[in-house]
Amino acid sequence: MNKPHPYMPNSVPDIKEKMIEEMGIKSIDDLYVDIPVGLRFERELDVPGPFTEAEVKKHVSGLLERNWGFAAPPFLGGGVWPHYVPAVVDEIVHRAEFLTSYTPYQPEISQGILQSIFEYQSLICELVGMDVANASMYDWATALGEASRMACRLTRRSRVLVPSIISPRRLSVLRSYTEPVDIEITQVDYDKTSGQLDLEDLKEKIGSDSASVYIENPSYLGFVEEGVEAIAEIAHDSKALFVVGVDPISLGLIKPPGEYGADIVIGEGQPLGNHMNFGGPLLGMFACKSDTKVIRQMPGRLIGVTQTLEDDRRAFTMTLQTREQHIRREKATSNICSNQALNALASAVYLSLMGPQGIKDLSELVSGRAHYAIRRLGELPGVRAPVFSSFHFKEFTVQFRDKTVEEVNQSLLDNRLHGGKSIVGEFPDLGETALFCVTESHTKEDIDRLAYALEEALEG
Amino acid sequence: MTMRKFRQAQWEEPIIFELSREDRVGFSVPALEPEIADAMDDIAGLVPNGMLREKPPGLPEVSELEVLRHFIHLSQMNYGVNSGRFYPLGSCTMKYNPVINEVLAGHPKVTGIHPDQDEASIQGLLAMLHELKQGYLEITGMDDASLQPAAGAHGEYLGVLLIRAYHADRGDLEGRTEIIIPDSAHGTNPATAIMAGFKTIEVPSNEDGGVDLEALASVAGPQTAGLMLTNPNTLGIFDSNISKIAGIVHDVGGLMYYDGANLNAIMGKCRPGDMGFDVVHVNLHKTFSTPHGGGGPGSGPVGVKSFLADYLPVPDIVESAGVYSLDWDRSKTVGKIHGYHGNVGPMLRAYTYMVTMGGEGLKEASELSVLNSNYIAAKLKDVKGYSLPFAEGKPRMHEAVLSAEKMSEETGVRALNVSKKLLDYGLHAPTTYFPLIVPEALMIEPTETEPVEVLDEFIEAMKEISDLAYSDPDDVLGAPRMTVVGKLDEARAAHPRTICLSWKTYCRMIP
Repeated sequence: MNKPHPYMPNSVPDIKEKMIEEMGIKSIDDLYVDIPVGLRFERELDVPGPFTEAEVKKHVSGLLERNWGFAAPPFLGGGVWPHYVPAVVDEIVHRAEFLTSYTPYQPEISQGILQSIFEYQSLICELVGMDVANASMYDWATALGEASRMACRLTRRSRVLVPSIISPRRLSVLRSYTEPVDIEITQVDYDKTSGQLDLEDLKEKIGSDSASVYIENPSYLGFVEEGVEAIAEIAHDSKALFVVGVDPISLGLIKPPGEYGADIVIGEGQPLGNHMNFGGPLLGMFACKSDTKVIRQMPGRLIGVTQTLEDDRRAFTMTLQTREQHIRREKATSNICSNQALNALASAVYLSLMGPQGIKDLSELVSGRAHYAIRRLGELPGVRAPVFSSFHFKEFTVQFRDKTVEEVNQSLLDNRLHGGKSIVGEFPDLGETALFCVTESHTKEDIDRLAYALEEALEG
Repeated sequence: MTMRKFRQAQWEEPIIFELSREDRVGFSVPALEPEIADAMDDIAGLVPNGMLREKPPGLPEVSELEVLRHFIHLSQMNYGVNSGRFYPLGSCTMKYNPVINEVLAGHPKVTGIHPDQDEASIQGLLAMLHELKQGYLEITGMDDASLQPAAGAHGEYLGVLLIRAYHADRGDLEGRTEIIIPDSAHGTNPATAIMAGFKTIEVPSNEDGGVDLEALASVAGPQTAGLMLTNPNTLGIFDSNISKIAGIVHDVGGLMYYDGANLNAIMGKCRPGDMGFDVVHVNLHKTFSTPHGGGGPGSGPVGVKSFLADYLPVPDIVESAGVYSLDWDRSKTVGKIHGYHGNVGPMLRAYTYMVTMGGEGLKEASELSVLNSNYIAAKLKDVKGYSLPFAEGKPRMHEAVLSAEKMSEETGVRALNVSKKLLDYGLHAPTTYFPLIVPEALMIEPTETEPVEVLDEFIEAMKEISDLAYSDPDDVLGAPRMTVVGKLDEARAAHPRTICLSWKTYCRMIP
């Protein structure tokens, strides 16, 4: 390529030539002599392009325009939810100083991201009621994998108990994180009427080999787990850790796990100021109690407060790095290096904007609208919503008597609505059932439209 | 050359909680529609006994402008590729993060897409991901891939799980307990191998910084599950013996894992798939220009040779007659490694970068990254106090590792001090003390997006630091002075009595 490229200032032929000359070599090929001849790639790479900026904008926008855009947000949840992202959040995460920096290995010049992530850790602690939160994991599912491994390290045991009502994808990731180190997963049954964790089954299955009892609150199917204090007691009686996974938006309304005995709290931080983005980047939350022994087993980065050596001014730095792969190598608590820092930053901005009243109002609004939707949909003939009798936060199951979920969803799509997620394959016992989600992004009008369209679908 | 002066912004920014005043709000939450409110019971009254949050979370109460200013001030106390001057952090490939990528990644038809939407509604997105995968396979020389891993280390974990699944499937896992890793490897490699249930066996480097073949042959055997290697390695040297290395490992039934952290050196020049690797990961946030975001999100797609394709995670994105769909049917899949499809936002940026560059452009990017690093190495290797250890006379690839050992011995100025002094010039530090086999290591990766003038400025700064080390070492030892804060008390940050990881703890600690 002879034409200078805007991303590569030394692609100007004269500049390149001068550099080559100064280095005393004949050409750039001299720098590649170590690649054996037989291994050299002799043809051009077959990838689309090159494009100028205007061309690439047209090309990529053209691809994206093929995605459908509906007026109403999808009625989909299950681990990623269509919450509103305030403009200030997007403004901050686009600041080049944050966006284009990396892990703050040089704290003196990186105080901005260090303080931001310290604030993120602090805000998460307030929200979930714990003392320490790490700087982020990839997502809820991997946080569950890491939490389970951490519980096994701390207890020197090798079995984790998880509910039967759990996202099958999270469960699959949990398997990927536990199988290689021989951690056994036991699923605890649920009450068929309420959906609540079956405490008798839990008591039966827990034992001296159990490292942790994990619940999700709200559960994957949207209801609030009520017997949390009893579950904590059962776990602790067996000297197992109590691990709770949360939807953080619920914590303006629902009691935080820190107040009912959780030892580790994880969850999906996406709704705290992060767009859905087809399921990534997400934000794995990870928090625990202030106990040095526990903290030392935590995975991921931690930002702490310290001071300058010279004049005792407050400052921030990565700390306890001796748990991490770049220092400890094979003795690290996890191999995680790159995390989801920018998403954590987004959540710090989000929670700062919301404040205590905002998160409470939002939580109540979301649940209020969800309950309106439950009532509207539940009134339709041939519909049962929700399947379980428990209190639901923002997600709920909708069971169809006379139609399949597939038929219903196709009809909704024809009306430019994304219906609930089919859980027919995931929970065959529940029949033709879909998991719906309502957030503050769904107005009453959206919910009414859904109800009309659903009625039409069921009649058709 | 007169060096430009630098002073980082300093706002003495309070912690967000210190800005809190009762009843201030930064965002107005809509009210529940009166028709709903009138028709329904108060939601708090419906929450089961004992499950209602009684005290709202102790979040700060701050107005919108104050929140905005707070985080803008913090951003100004940070250093990025696009906002700083030079970010030669070795192994991290801190190249320019093109703005157009950000613009396109903000498209509402990506940001507003739920992962469980009907496939018919996301054909454009699936097409983009499919094309990214095809490009990835072409560049790496692999047969199939999964885009699911959210970071390089996450990709490594998946890669080693695939190796594990392969041996298990052949009934051969019990005996294959070891992963061989060179002593120059990234820390993630041994951490990953252990995490995936293997033992690690370290092999030493030879005089040229490559894998010592005899040592490798002596540790490889029927107990070997695989070898994890980056080529060019962390010294920035291409290991010419790579085919022999692959031969030794394959002969004993092990698999070859490629850590793609250093792919930026070789795009269009050679391919891991042609070097004998069976599994690779590539960091899209390095080679494919997606921003590092202050520590993440990254993206670490994993590629495999066809005999491993059946083990890849689900779902796969497939195309048939112009229609794209998610295929959950992989006969021997290891399952899932991420809750959804991985970090799609970064993937869109990477795709935009890939097609902006095109095949020729990617090759030129690699060539210029190699030219830039050798330019720096050539001009610094003979400067007093520095040296370029291993493989004298051999070219480096996209990065070069200097040693400040001599300087340290003669003046007491260590690699760390050199790094801190660089900050005072407004230049980011190289990676220090890595790889571990180089004493007083300064690992420098300039990338292809830096102009020669910036390289010259860095070289000049390194020379000035050398002069200072020998004439006025205290000046260097006292650095940095032009950053937001000077040297920090790291011991205090980690000490059990003073450790403070949250505002809650902070409030308890101050009287």
